[in-house]
Amino acid sequence: MTTLCVRDVALSYDGRPVLEQVSFDLAPGSRTLLLGASGSGKSSLLNIVCGLQSPDRGEVKLGEEAIAPARSAAAADRVRQRHMGIIFQTLRLVSALSVRGNLLLAQKLQTGRRDPALVDSVLRELGIADRAHARPFALSQGEAQRAAIARALVVRPKLLIADEPTSALDRDNAHRVAGLLLDAAKASHASLLIATHDERLLPHFEKVLRIERGRIEEGRITA
Amino acid sequence: MISLAIAYLKDRPLTSALNVALLAISVALLVLLLQFGHQAGERLERDARGIDLVVGAKGSPLQLILSAVFHIDRPTGNIPLDSLDLLRRDPAVERAVPIALGDNFAGYRIVGTDDSFMALYGAELASGRTFDEPMEAVLGSEVARATGAGPGQAFVSSHGLADEQDAEQGHGHAPFETVGVLVPTGTVVDRLVLTPYESVWDVHGIAHGRPESEHAHDHESAAGDAGAPDQPGRRSALTMTSRAPEAELTALLVTYRNAAGALRIPALVNRQTAMQAAVPASETARLLDLLGASLEGVRVLGWLLAVTGGLAIFVALLNMVRSREGDLALLRVMGASRMQVFATVLLEGVVTAVFGAALGWFAAHGLIAAARANFATLSNLGLAAWHPLPEELLLVAAVLGLGALAALIPALRIYRVDAARILARS
Repeated sequence: MTTLCVRDVALSYDGRPVLEQVSFDLAPGSRTLLLGASGSGKSSLLNIVCGLQSPDRGEVKLGEEAIAPARSAAAADRVRQRHMGIIFQTLRLVSALSVRGNLLLAQKLQTGRRDPALVDSVLRELGIADRAHARPFALSQGEAQRAAIARALVVRPKLLIADEPTSALDRDNAHRVAGLLLDAAKASHASLLIATHDERLLPHFEKVLRIERGRIEEGRITA
Repeated sequence: MISLAIAYLKDRPLTSALNVALLAISVALLVLLLQFGHQAGERLERDARGIDLVVGAKGSPLQLILSAVFHIDRPTGNIPLDSLDLLRRDPAVERAVPIALGDNFAGYRIVGTDDSFMALYGAELASGRTFDEPMEAVLGSEVARATGAGPGQAFVSSHGLADEQDAEQGHGHAPFETVGVLVPTGTVVDRLVLTPYESVWDVHGIAHGRPESEHAHDHESAAGDAGAPDQPGRRSALTMTSRAPEAELTALLVTYRNAAGALRIPALVNRQTAMQAAVPASETARLLDLLGASLEGVRVLGWLLAVTGGLAIFVALLNMVRSREGDLALLRVMGASRMQVFATVLLEGVVTAVFGAALGWFAAHGLIAAARANFATLSNLGLAAWHPLPEELLLVAAVLGLGALAALIPALRIYRVDAARILARS
């Protein structure tokens, strides 16, 4: 039983290979680091996993539901909406809405209903309940990061995906955010996949997927 | 999605307020024009119904009509009392209604006349009785409502045709007695005080055939009096040389018995007397033509403002779509359909237009109410503040359409956007 299954995924841009024979599985509740330098292909892989981009070859499944190749773009969209919580590198909170408004909107769009009790509970767990009515521009970087994580969690995802969540943070804050993501994933029983070039996060993860020139090398962190 | 659209509008309050204001000004202007054009035209037509000809002193025929029919200008002068008999004896004349002007009560004109005036307008008594003797008065419904006066109460008239501070001279020596109040007619009669024309002479101390009132006195005549024309040297159309105050009238409202009257009576008056005959229908048409050109200019300005408002919405939304491409792409990734994201942008335009149209509509009707309360001429025209016209619904729909049209291109732009590409790019 796997949460995410990626098999033989390949992608090229203008004949230049970006991903080659990429395969890996994520078990339910696992915490995995996708580690690679800029240009290694990790963002492209993440886009394919999220169903935002189609691979040239290979297949991606979330549980039993196909993301790639999908019957249609709408089918891939539905899988993403129902089962994934995504934390973008630039956080992407809707600036016109409060933190709470962002969370409620995400719930409504992804699950079709609002659950204010869950929203308030997640805000409390992440320690930003007192900032629920603040607009994104009024938040500190740390608060905005927590708000983005909260937005990904309020849809009760099977898979929590974070793209470079610590790229702009100092060492202490990077470890704090990593801890936050791990705790949040554990609390919501979601698998966690973090794509990053930040090796400072290695000690937090039991499994690492190193990606280099479009190829995956799977390893297990013991330290 | 509507709450998100409103949140985006609130996110840029200055731009949104400016766009709403532009649309509101244009809607207010256009509603004012519609109301003014419709109500004024209707009012003029209603007030002049049944009056084929107005006979008065020489001067501007338009001024004669405005003063004698619509009661919004000063009379051109006075005419001899015997002109009434002259016209009433004519077989082509069905009705000749005498009018003697000169005073007001709380800004409402006192019209000296006889029973035929009420018959002309189909005015009926709501309470009391009609006047029988000089110094008895019947109040129009609006006068009674505004002043609180009713049968059995006395009031003192002021000199002049309007309630003007500098022109006011009270006639405390000659109080009127209210004997009746009329039901609302929707015509100028509602804002008039009717009394026998002898009252006007009595108040100004002018001798006449009927027993003189005990209030009669010598009075320095002023402009607009039935006994004192407003143009020096034109005291009477038939007795140009007389300087003693005489019993005169201000005008006669004539209704023909048959079509022959229309051919003969104006010619008779204009050629064989020192009076003039003016046709309300043609003077009203001339007035509306004169007004029409100005109103058309303002209408063009109103629509230009509306188009400017639409362009402002277009520019604001286009900038918004550019700067928030990421936000909107995120909505798509989170599960919003293309149509939902398209509708969010479209709704911003429509919501702006809704606020603009609503604000403009209320502003226009509020302005009419305020103007009616503060400007006697508008009040005399009988402009009603809260009587929306069906055309206003079309106008509001057009403005909403404009808002939607202005938002269409920015909405289409976001409809076509590749959300994954935008998010992947960032």
